[in-house]
Amino acid sequence: MYETLSSFAQTWGLLLFILAFGLVLIYALSPRNQGKFDKAKQIPLNDEDDAHVG
Amino acid sequence: MSGTQMQSQASTDLGGDRMFVWGMLIILAFWSLFTVARSADPLMGAHAALFLGASVIGIFAMIAHRTSGYVAESDSYEMGVVKAGVFASVFWGIAGFLVGVIIAGQLAFPNLLYFPELPWTSFGRLRPLHTSAVIFAFGGNVLIATSFYVVQRTSRARLWGGLTPWFVFWGYNLFIVIAATGYLMGITQSKEYAEPEWYADLWLTIVWVAYLFVFLGTLLKRKEPHIYVANWFYLAFIVTIAMLHIVNNLAVPVSLTSSKSYSLFAGVQDALTQWWYGHNAVGFFLTAGFLAIMYYFIPKKAERPVYSYRLSIVHFWSLIFIYIWAGPHHLHYTALPEWAQTLGMTFSIMLWMPSWGGMINGLMTLSGAWDKLRTDPVLRMMVVSVAFYGMSTFEGPLMSIRAVNSLSHYTDWTIGHVHSGALGWVGYISFGALYCLVPWLWKRKELYSRQLVEWHFWISTLGILLYITSMWVSGIMQGMMWRAYNEFGFLEYSFVETVEAMNPYYIIRMLGGVLFLIGAFIMAYNLWRTARGDVREKEYVRDANIAAIPAE
Repeated sequence: MYETLSSFAQTWGLLLFILAFGLVLIYALSPRNQGKFDKAKQIPLNDEDDAHVG
Repeated sequence: MSGTQMQSQASTDLGGDRMFVWGMLIILAFWSLFTVARSADPLMGAHAALFLGASVIGIFAMIAHRTSGYVAESDSYEMGVVKAGVFASVFWGIAGFLVGVIIAGQLAFPNLLYFPELPWTSFGRLRPLHTSAVIFAFGGNVLIATSFYVVQRTSRARLWGGLTPWFVFWGYNLFIVIAATGYLMGITQSKEYAEPEWYADLWLTIVWVAYLFVFLGTLLKRKEPHIYVANWFYLAFIVTIAMLHIVNNLAVPVSLTSSKSYSLFAGVQDALTQWWYGHNAVGFFLTAGFLAIMYYFIPKKAERPVYSYRLSIVHFWSLIFIYIWAGPHHLHYTALPEWAQTLGMTFSIMLWMPSWGGMINGLMTLSGAWDKLRTDPVLRMMVVSVAFYGMSTFEGPLMSIRAVNSLSHYTDWTIGHVHSGALGWVGYISFGALYCLVPWLWKRKELYSRQLVEWHFWISTLGILLYITSMWVSGIMQGMMWRAYNEFGFLEYSFVETVEAMNPYYIIRMLGGVLFLIGAFIMAYNLWRTARGDVREKEYVRDANIAAIPAE
C-alpha cells in the first residue's frame, strides 16, 4: 500500500501537479483573458448600493 | 421573478435552515444531558453542563425568533451577523492580548505572578489560552465576519442559508468558550494549536462544514459572473482548515462521557501530522484568510483596483501548491527521515516567491496614491501590515533552513518571528478591516476620530518593534549560549544562566505587549463611538480648514 502510493506520488502525482500548475499559468497569462481580468479587478469598486443586493 | 415565487423560495429557504439548527440544538441538548448525568469525569461534566446551557439558550432563541414573526428581506444583504462578528472580534482580541501580557509578565517576573494554589493561573494553562484566543477567537471571528461581508458584496447576493450564518457565528464562539474553559481546567490533547479534546473538535467540524456551505451557497447564487480573487482565498482557507482539522484530530475517546481521547497516530507519524496541521494553520488560517482581507479592503480603502489581477491568480495558486508541503521544517533533527525534512525546507524556501509576489501586489495597489499613507491612518495600518507580511515571510524561510534552524529552534527567535507575523501582519490587517467595516456597517460617514487611529497606530507599532527586537536579541543570545563550549569541550553555560541572561529582554517584550494592548483599547473606544454615531467635530472641521488654504 505504502509503496504503491508513494511511487505514484513521486512520479505521476508530481507530473500531474506540474501540469495543473502549467494550466493555471496559461489561464493567468493568456492575453485573451486580459479584458475579463480588467473587469474582475473592478468588482469591489463597482458596488455602491449599500442596502440592496444587485 | 414573481412575488409568489419569491415568497415560496424564501419560505423553503427558512424551512431547511430552521430544521438544521433545531436538529443540532436537540442532539446537543440530549448528548450533554446524558453526559451531565452519566459522566464520572468532573471536567467532562462541567463542559457538558456548558453545552447544555448553550443548547437551552439556543432553543429559547429559536422560539423567540419564531414568535417574533421576523421575515428576512431577500433582496437585502445579511449584515447583522457581520456586526456581531465585529463585536466578537474586538472582545476576543482584547481578551487574547491581555492574557498575552499576563503570561509575558509571568516570564518576566516569575515570583510575582506565581500562584501554586491556583493551578489555572499557571503558564502551562494560560499559554494555550493566549494562542487560541488571538488566533482562533480574534482571528477566526475577523475572518468569519469579513468573509461574510466580502462574499456578499462581491457576489451581489445575500448570504445563503437563512439562519445558518448565525448558527456558524454562535457555534464557533461556543467552541471558543469550550476550548478556553477547557485549557483553564486542564483539558488538553497536547497538540499545539489543536489542544481542544474530541467533543469540542466534533462540534467545530459541524460548525465549519456549515460555514463552508454558507460560503459556497452564496457563491453559487452570485449575480457577478466572475468570482473575485478575495473569495478564492477565503474558500481555500475554509476548505483547507476543514481538512487539516479533521485529519489532525482523528482520535478515539476513552468513552462517550470522558474528556480524554487517544490520537490515531503515534510517534513520528503523529509529529508529522501535527506539523502538517500546525504549519498549514499558519498558511491557510493566518495567511490565505488574511490575504483575502488584503485583496478586498486595501483596494476598497485606496479606491483603486488591485495592482495586477494576473499576479493575484498566480499568487493564489502558487501559495496553494507550495504551502501544504512546508510543515516538516518544524521537525529538523528529529526522527523524521532526513529527506522529508529537506523537502519541508525546500518548499519553505520556494514560498518566498508567492509571498513576495503577494506583498508586491498589495503594496503596488497604492501606486499613484501614495499620498494617502500620510492622510489615511487606516490605509497606512494595512500597508504596514503588508510590509510585515513581507518581512515575516522572508524570515520564515530563512529559519526553515536546517543550519539556521539548529540555532533558532526552541529559542525566543521563533517567538519573535511568530509575533512579527501575528501582531504586524494579522493584527494590523484585521484592525484595518475593522476600522473600515464599522463605518460601513453602521452607515457612518467617518470614524469617530482619525486622531485616535493615529495614536493606535504609533503606540502599537512601537509595541511591535519592542517585541520583535527584544526577542531577536534574546533568542539569538539563547541559541548561542546553548551551543557555547569551553576549552575542555564542556558546555559553557548552565540552563539557568541562559534564563537569567534573557530576563531584561522579557521585561522589554512585556512592555511591547502592554503598548499593543493599549492600542487595542483605543481602537475599541473609537469603534464604539463610531458605531454610536459620534463624530469628533473639531477634528474634521479643522481638517477642512487646512484643506482650504492651498486652494486660495
